[in-house]
Parts: sequence; C-alpha cells; structure tokens
Amino acid sequence: MKIGTPLETYVGEARVAMTPDSARQLQKLGYDCAIETGAGAAAGFSDATYVEAGVEIIKTPAALWKSVDVVAKVRQPSEVELKRMTSGKTLISFFNPAGNKDGMELAKSKGANVIAMEMVPRISRAQKMDALSSMANIAGYRAVIEAGNNFGRFFTGQITAAGKVPPAKVLVVGAGVAGLAAVGTSTSLGAITLAFDVRPEVAEQVESMGAEFVYLDFEEDQADGAATGGYAAVSSPEFREAQLAKFLELAPEVDIVITTALIPNREAPELWTEEMVAAMKPGSVIVDLAAEKGGNCKLTVMDEKIVTDNGVTIIGYTDFPSRMASQASTLYATNIRHMVTDLTPEKDGQINHDMEDDVIRGATVTFDKEITFPPPPPKIQAIAAKPKEVVPELTPEEKRAAEVAAFKAATKQQVTLLGVGAALMLLVGLVAPVSFMQHFIVFVLACFVGFQVIWGVAHSLHTPLMAVTNAISSIIILGALMQIGSGSWLVILLASLSIFMAGINIFGGFLVTRRMLAMFQKS
Amino acid sequence: MEFGFTIAAYVVAAVLFILSLGGLSGQESAKRAVWYGIVSMALAVFATLVGPGQGLWLLSLLLIAGGGSIGYVVAQRVQMTEMPQLVAAMHSLVGLAAVFVGFNAHIEMGNVLAMSHEAREGLEGFAALLAHKSSVELSILKVEVFLGIFIGAVTFTGSVVAYGKLAGKLGSVATKLPGGHMLNAGAAGLSLLCLIWYFNTGGFLPLALMTLAALFIGYHLIMGIGGADMPVVVSMLNSYSGWAAAAIGFSLGNDLLIVVGALVGSSGAILSYIMCKAMNRSFISVILGGFGGSTGPQMAVEGEQIAIDADGVATALEEADSIVIIPGYGMAVAQAQQNVAELTRRLRAKGKTVRFAIHPVAGRLPGHMNVLLAEAKVPYDIVMEMDEINDDFPDTDVAIVIGSNDIVNPAAQDDPNSPIAGMPVLECWKAKQVFVSKRGQGTGYSGIENPLFFKDNTRMFYGDAKASVDTLLTVII
Repeated sequence: MKIGTPLETYVGEARVAMTPDSARQLQKLGYDCAIETGAGAAAGFSDATYVEAGVEIIKTPAALWKSVDVVAKVRQPSEVELKRMTSGKTLISFFNPAGNKDGMELAKSKGANVIAMEMVPRISRAQKMDALSSMANIAGYRAVIEAGNNFGRFFTGQITAAGKVPPAKVLVVGAGVAGLAAVGTSTSLGAITLAFDVRPEVAEQVESMGAEFVYLDFEEDQADGAATGGYAAVSSPEFREAQLAKFLELAPEVDIVITTALIPNREAPELWTEEMVAAMKPGSVIVDLAAEKGGNCKLTVMDEKIVTDNGVTIIGYTDFPSRMASQASTLYATNIRHMVTDLTPEKDGQINHDMEDDVIRGATVTFDKEITFPPPPPKIQAIAAKPKEVVPELTPEEKRAAEVAAFKAATKQQVTLLGVGAALMLLVGLVAPVSFMQHFIVFVLACFVGFQVIWGVAHSLHTPLMAVTNAISSIIILGALMQIGSGSWLVILLASLSIFMAGINIFGGFLVTRRMLAMFQKS
Repeated sequence: MEFGFTIAAYVVAAVLFILSLGGLSGQESAKRAVWYGIVSMALAVFATLVGPGQGLWLLSLLLIAGGGSIGYVVAQRVQMTEMPQLVAAMHSLVGLAAVFVGFNAHIEMGNVLAMSHEAREGLEGFAALLAHKSSVELSILKVEVFLGIFIGAVTFTGSVVAYGKLAGKLGSVATKLPGGHMLNAGAAGLSLLCLIWYFNTGGFLPLALMTLAALFIGYHLIMGIGGADMPVVVSMLNSYSGWAAAAIGFSLGNDLLIVVGALVGSSGAILSYIMCKAMNRSFISVILGGFGGSTGPQMAVEGEQIAIDADGVATALEEADSIVIIPGYGMAVAQAQQNVAELTRRLRAKGKTVRFAIHPVAGRLPGHMNVLLAEAKVPYDIVMEMDEINDDFPDTDVAIVIGSNDIVNPAAQDDPNSPIAGMPVLECWKAKQVFVSKRGQGTGYSGIENPLFFKDNTRMFYGDAKASVDTLLTVII
C-alpha cells in the first residue's frame, strides 16, 4: 500500500506529516511513500531529500489523493480534501471530531476510515503516538521563547558592573504537557518560575522541574485527574474564587504569564481577568496558549499580538508548533509512523484496522461507513491508578446516606444520654434537699462547660493545660481559708498546712505555665 | 457567704477560669489565658479573705506568701525535661490539702453538733453554715466529706508514686504486690464499709480507716502502671485532684470550688481519653496496669541491626531535601533538645525542609515534646502532629528517630499479636532512609522488640542522644 502526504492547505501551516526519516521507517514496514511536491519545504525538508529517502514526488494534490491508500497529514482536512477520499482509504490526521460533525458525515458517506490523532487515548502504550503531547511540548517551549522575544529584560538575575538586574518572574497556569514544558524552559533560562494547576497531584511534577507550585488556601477533595484521563475537570465556584483571588495577588509581581488551561471539549476557562491584566506592570507579557478556544484571558485576540493600554503585551498565537515547523514535523511524523506501525502488525505493508485494539479504536472516528465517535472508555485505566483509589469512592447519595445515618446515631446516643441523665437528676432531686440540688446544678453545668472548652485545646498545649489546671486546682485553698477562722487548734493547724501547700501550687503552677508558653514561637 | 460581694467575685472568677482554659486553644491566646487564670485566682482568694467568717487573715496571707515563695523558686529552677515529675508532685499537694480540709470539715461538724441551740446562733462562717443544716443535709454532708477525703487521699499517694517513677526514684516497671487487683478491690470494699459505718455513727475511726485504705489504693494502683502509660496517669491524677476539690466544695457549700473542681476534673478526664485513644487502649486497661489482650506468639523479628557512624548520617543529611525528626522520651532524658534544635537550624539554613513529627503520647506528659522543642526555640509551625505528617513519609528522604521506640514500631500495624497492635504509630519506615539514635540494643518501655530497627532502610546510630547529635554537629557545619 502507499502512504502519501499532501502539502498543507491551511494558511500559515508549515508542518508536514512525513519527513525523510519517517519515510524510511515506513518503507521498512512495507509501505511505498509519496509526497506532494514542496510539502516539506516550509519545514525545511526539500524535495531532493525526500527523493533521496526513496519517496515518490507527486505534482498535484489531486493526483496524490487519488494514487495513495493512506493519507497522513497535519491539519484537519478541508471539504475539498475530504471529497477526494474514496471507500477503503485511510486518513490519519488531526480531525477535531467533537467540532467537526460535517467532516465526519462527509468521511462516512465517502466510506473513508479516519483516525483522529487528538483522540489517541492517554495510556502508557499510546504515548509514542500522542501527538497532542508532542505538539503541546513544543507550544510550551515556544510560548516562553515568544514571551522572551517580547519581554524587555533578562530572564535570569545578574549582578554586573553596570548594575543589578532582577530575575524575571514567570507564572505558568495549567501544568499539563505544555505547562510543564514552559516551566522547564523558563527555569532553565533562569527565571523565577511559579506554576499553578487545579490538580494538586501535579505539584510534585512542577517542583521536580524546579518551579514553585502555587497552593491555594482552599480545602476540598479535588477530583483525581486520573479519573478524567489525566485532564483537568471543571472546578467548583468556590475553588475558582480562591484561585482568582490568588492570581490577583500574584498579578503585580509577575513579569510573564503563560496560560495553558484547557478543558477537553469546552471553551477555555477565564483565568486571567482584565482586572489582573490591569494590575500587571507595564512591559509584562501574557502568552495565552488557549487562544484557539477563546483564551484564558478575555483580552486575548486569536492569532494576534496586542498591547494593552497599560503596556502589557498579550500574545494569542495559535500556531506555536508551526513556528517551529522542523521540530514539530519531526515529532509529528514520528507519532504518525508509530500509529502506522500499530496499524501494521504483520509489517507487510497492509493496513489491519483492528477495532478491538484500545488505542486504534479510541482514535478511529469513522470506520466502515459508520461514525465511531465518541469511543467507549478504554479498557485499561488511564494513567497508573493511585493507591488512594483503593478506597471505593462513595457516590454522593451513599455519602449522604452515611452522613444521615451517622447523624441519626449521634442524635440517638445524645438523646439517650440526656434522658438517662435527666432521669438520674430527677431521682436525686426526689431525695436530696434543695440546698444540695442548687450546688449540684452548678456542678453539672461546670462539668458540661469543662467538656466543651477542653476539646478546643491545641494538642501541643496539653502540657501547659496540665500545668494551668494543676495551678487552678489549688482553689482548694478557699476551703482552708474558710476553716482557718475556727476555734479549734487542730482545725487551724490542718487548715494552715493546706493553705501553705496550695500556695506552693498556685505560684508554682502559674509560673511554670508562663515559662512554657513564653517559649512557643513562630519561625 | 451571705456577702453579696463574695458571691459576685466568685462569679467573675469562675468566668475567668473558664476563659483561661478556653484560651489554650492557640499558642498566642494562651499567653493571655494564663493571666486570666492568675487574676481569677487572686480574686477568689481575696474575696474569701474579706468574706464572712474569716479569721486569722494575717496568718493566711503569711502562709500563702511562704508557700508562694517556695513555689516561685521551684518554678524558676525546674528544667523543662523535669516537667512531668513537677506536675505530679504538685498534684500530690492538692490531694493532701483536700484530705486536710475534709478532716477539718469533719471536726467542725462534730464541734457544732455538740453545741446547744443558743450557742449555734453566735457562730459565723462555715460553722454557721453547718449549724443551719437539717439532718438530711447533714447526712449528705457526711457523704461529701467522705468522698472528698477518699479522692484526695488516692490522689496524694498516687501522685507521690507517679512522681517517684517519673523522677527515676522508683523503678518504672509495673510492680504489684501479691494479690494484685484483689488488694485494690479489697481496699475499695473496705472504704465502702467505712462509708456506711461513718454515715450511721459519724465517728472519726471509719474516716481514718478509709483514709488509710485510700492511701493504699493510690499507691498500689499507680505502682502497677508501667512507665509508658505515664501520660495517662498524670492526666488522670490531674482529673482526680479536680474531683476532690469539687467534693470538698459540696461539703463546704462553696460554688466556686465546685465549678473549678469540675472544670479541672473534666479537663483531666478528656486528656486521659485523648491519650488512651492515641495508644489505642481502653482507659480501664491502662488503669488496671500492664498490657493485656494479646493472644498468640508475636512475630519473630528477622535480620540484624546495622550500625552507622556520625559521618554516614551527616552525608545522608547533606544529600537529603526533606527531613523529619521524631523525638521521644530519650531526647528528653538526654536533654538533647537544644542540640537537636541547633541541628535543625543548620539544616534549614542549607535550604532543607526539616520538620518534627510528634506522636500524641511521645514523652511522659501530654504535649511533652512540644514544650521541650519550644524551649529549644524550634518554631512551632514546623512541629507537626501525627495525623498531619504521616502521609508525608513516603516523600521524605531521611527520618531521624531520636529516643523514641514504641511510637515508631511497625509491629503495631503488621503484627496482630503484638501487645501494641492497632496503636496508631508514625510510619517513619516509609521514608527513604531512617536513622535511629538509641543508647543500645535494648527494647522500649513496653519491652517489645521493634522491627523498625531491623529494616533494610534503617541504620542504628548508637549512643546517648545528646552526644550523638553533638558529634553530628561537628560534621555538619
């Protein structure tokens, strides 16, 4: 069979889906390779290098689409291109299936089998064909370079004979592949790098790249990213609020902001508000990698660089991979080649479209005149499951039921206790005289207050608590003081001894407590 | 007590006492809380002194001043490591005072009852209060006096024994006289008989007999409890001293005594409960002494303890990023907290994360380690509780165990037959490397072998904790 790659028709697209290197590998799998003339030129691969690698050069797109069995390309195919597909042909490309219903219908009616590269499931085995990650990696790197290009200072702090240069402060929002690549690039350029993500489990990755993770003062069990295939999920309004407050606090400090927050199949969440832009220093740079989906900053203009009134540059380019076409093409062509390898288990140059295979099934959007999107969830759990997931997650209903049950049990226990207590009280009241009952009530109330108060005592203050209670238990001195006025010498003697001992206790206890507490100090 | 002023002062004092305890919820508010306590105590004493029926106030003041100066000197001189025995010793004073006040109440009762009706009218203060009591009230009074003396006596001898054990003057091993708990039960039964006897006759003999029995119970009960359970014992005695005060308050008809006694009593009870929970043991089993409930043989420990020298530890510390220090009673005994704090400062200066993991029952007092570390000026925000830090051990490069044993024993989780099975422990063995500073190869207070010392990632750093850390400090500069 023959694999062919046309020249990308999308304006400004410089990448190419097949490089001379990848063509050699494909030929080892038993395929013939073809390329439209000039397809690799923008990425730095001339026709001559392709010919050297044994690739056939075809003059027109129509001829190419007609003569090959498998088409590998980068951008989502145009209508014209799709119409060239015929029954049994395979297309491997970015396809944006969630937003490309017409394309899918067209492919289906033509009988073409389409493999969408962005649908490759995120499992370990499929990482070698995960084109989104390889492109995101480039975007993250390029975002920092682009920011540096528009930023008027050094990244690294320097002390020179001509004066001191403070280091740039970079905030990366969203620590996915692009975010981590940006973090790595930024730290290696010497900037102070902060990173934020709604998934707290990536903090470790961020810190391993040498950046500081921005924690929020917010308590909530975050949805585990592993459950959504490693992608971020939509966060709660409270969380969002805490996050925006933190960003607003950071805005005046940071010089460069790189936002990479995307949620699959949704408009990009607004994370960097106009208020934050206004709070930034003039000369600061924002690179919005989510510009294609509306931008994490609402001021972002897709595919353009703008400068706000307060001198903040906002970059909304969406073609970062294309700006590094040579690198991007090499990586993308390798992803494609791995995909073809999986499609050719016999290495005989024949496509074996195995719909039982998790990866191939997941990436296929039309097959055998049927739309197969969205795919069923993969059989293998995305990303290694964490040990904490061993505890089965309770559904909200179950949780509520458990809470209600616990509440009922507590109520029952409390009511029983109160009932028994009240009954006992009444019994005592039947026998005991009024004067006793008065004191008894005081006693019970004091016990109650004591229980309520002591639970709040900090763990680390238990020793001071003992010392204080010890000191105040010498309240027994009151008894002795009341008795010392008696006429009997024996009573006076005993009372005097008691007063003396309690005196030791009062002073000793309080002083020791004060000594202890004076030592507790913050760092 | 008819004086409105005295009552009013008591109300204010009671409120201040409550605030004083409640203020201990935070390190900063605690400093204010102590002043509340001091003021309320002064107010209570003053109000009683000027109250009705008070004589010999000059003598009283002199006695308070005398006792106070002794208390002052002791409090200034005491080492923070000696805090447990100091607290225990002070409890014994309260217990003894309660016994004396109880006896006084009994004597006064006898005096007043012997008087004629006319003479009673001329009485003042406590005696006047007695004089107006009906016979039922007098019966109740007897029970109250009896209880006050009983609890006071138990507290007294119990605290003295606890002091002896904590100060190392008595062996810390649990010892019992032949007969064990039967002796305690017998003494308690005898006390009950005395109560009935006293209730009917009002004579001094049953009271004296009961006092002796109670003194014996206090002694024998605490003798039978091992050193590792001392945090529970101390807080329990703390609770008793409160209940004794409350009982005396009932017999004297003094509401402030009742309120404060109840506060102290419930505070001690809650502390005991927290401590027991931290050791996963029931209160009863602690009180009855010794470890019980283990069935079957314990898991045999395999492997050997591998020693390491100061240079080895220092190298590992230099390479580590995150370090957790787990102090125990051994650190307190060796007075090593200053050196540990210095080590912490140097490591932190090198940009390493150093934190302390404190088990709830580390040491011999609730919160003992916190006080020692605070004394050595370790900032309290790097001192973590067990629950806060237990999940972090897998990410920790080096865990240093300084003088603790049972609280880091993995057998509590792995070996269902271990005497400490189910007790929550610090999971330091999950750290990449564990160093144990320990005097020798002996077992801990509970006498249990600790599999931690035999683990592959554990190295034993033998020697006195203070000397060991000292040598470390010469290497890590």
